[in-house]
Amino acid sequence: MTARLRKTALSLSLGLVAALVACTSYIEIPIETPIQPKLDVSAFQRIFIAGFIAGANEDVDANMETVRLLRSQLRNKGVMRVIDADTLPLLEVAKQSGEASTPPVPDPQAATPPVQEPDPNKAPVLNEEKDLEPYNHIFANVAYWKRIGEEFQQPLIVTGTVLFAPQQRSGFVQREQEVYDSFGRRQVVPVRTYMERKGFVLRPTFIFIDGRTGETLHTETFREEILYNANQQTPALSSYFELMDRLLPAFLNTLSAQKIKGTRTLLK
Amino acid sequence: MSVRPLVLALFLVVTSAPHAWAEQRGQAKEQVEFGIQVAQRGLWKEAIYRWERATQLDPTYAAAFNNLAVAYEHEGQLAKAREAYEKALAIEPNNALVRQNYDLFKEINDRAAQKDGAQS
Repeated sequence: MTARLRKTALSLSLGLVAALVACTSYIEIPIETPIQPKLDVSAFQRIFIAGFIAGANEDVDANMETVRLLRSQLRNKGVMRVIDADTLPLLEVAKQSGEASTPPVPDPQAATPPVQEPDPNKAPVLNEEKDLEPYNHIFANVAYWKRIGEEFQQPLIVTGTVLFAPQQRSGFVQREQEVYDSFGRRQVVPVRTYMERKGFVLRPTFIFIDGRTGETLHTETFREEILYNANQQTPALSSYFELMDRLLPAFLNTLSAQKIKGTRTLLK
Repeated sequence: MSVRPLVLALFLVVTSAPHAWAEQRGQAKEQVEFGIQVAQRGLWKEAIYRWERATQLDPTYAAAFNNLAVAYEHEGQLAKAREAYEKALAIEPNNALVRQNYDLFKEINDRAAQKDGAQS
């Protein structure tokens, strides 16, 4: 009897589900939204990832890694021919052009002892945004970039700055926790806990320069960060790639159309 | 002068209005359903034509505007998509499915709009 009842209940509920499905007044449908490129690159056949002024992490050479990653992504994309050449020594060029490392003129009347000048052979410490500022003038040096453009047959030049720095943060974090009530039923409840977290912040600025004129066509700045539990040991390079992965679609969308996949609901 | 014909005419107008509305909604619904069928086969331009017809037949049909917005989004016509979503929400402000579509659309639209802000 019980088995028959159970069977009847099961068939009734199946019938109900079938009826609900038949009466559904909406349909999920996959869509692909095309996003137009931000920059018209039709005038260029070649692209040169020239290098970046980078700093802040001794485990990751943000300049070399960014150059390598962007070149390989652009090669896969096949938008333009990627020039495979040595990166430019931008820090040295910026220093040589004088404005970055103009030494302060010593005041003979000053009572304070002269400040020891930094060793010019030692790599500068670039931990923060403001540390990069003294070098930014290199990107506006039209004559320099025009010369580079002539050297590489007038490509689209990509340069800029990359700051990849460790960060630490502590505070309350909301996370979900599994709990079981007195009947053994599982529930997920939000719990606020105080946590020490550490991770990295990636802040690249990509500057697109016209190799024919040396002028800046487009500038784009991104900021991505990642935080882990303080006791979690994640290699800096893994974090760097994880953060770059997030912003690569937007970078590529500067040069070529992108399609963003998603799902929408159609109504009857 | 009898008022009888006037009353009769008024009566006919009043009684036939809901019928006409139901007929228009019925025709619009047919267009919407056909649009869904073709969209599922990837024929989005045909779907746009059908859903545009549906909105013309019944400008109070939120589903038609919603579907039209989805199709415009798929075709990359983001300004038109926004307009259609907003019309759908103006008709049915509490429709959670339209709201969800619109929120997802806004994410993409904001991304596309960022390019102008980021340009130097």
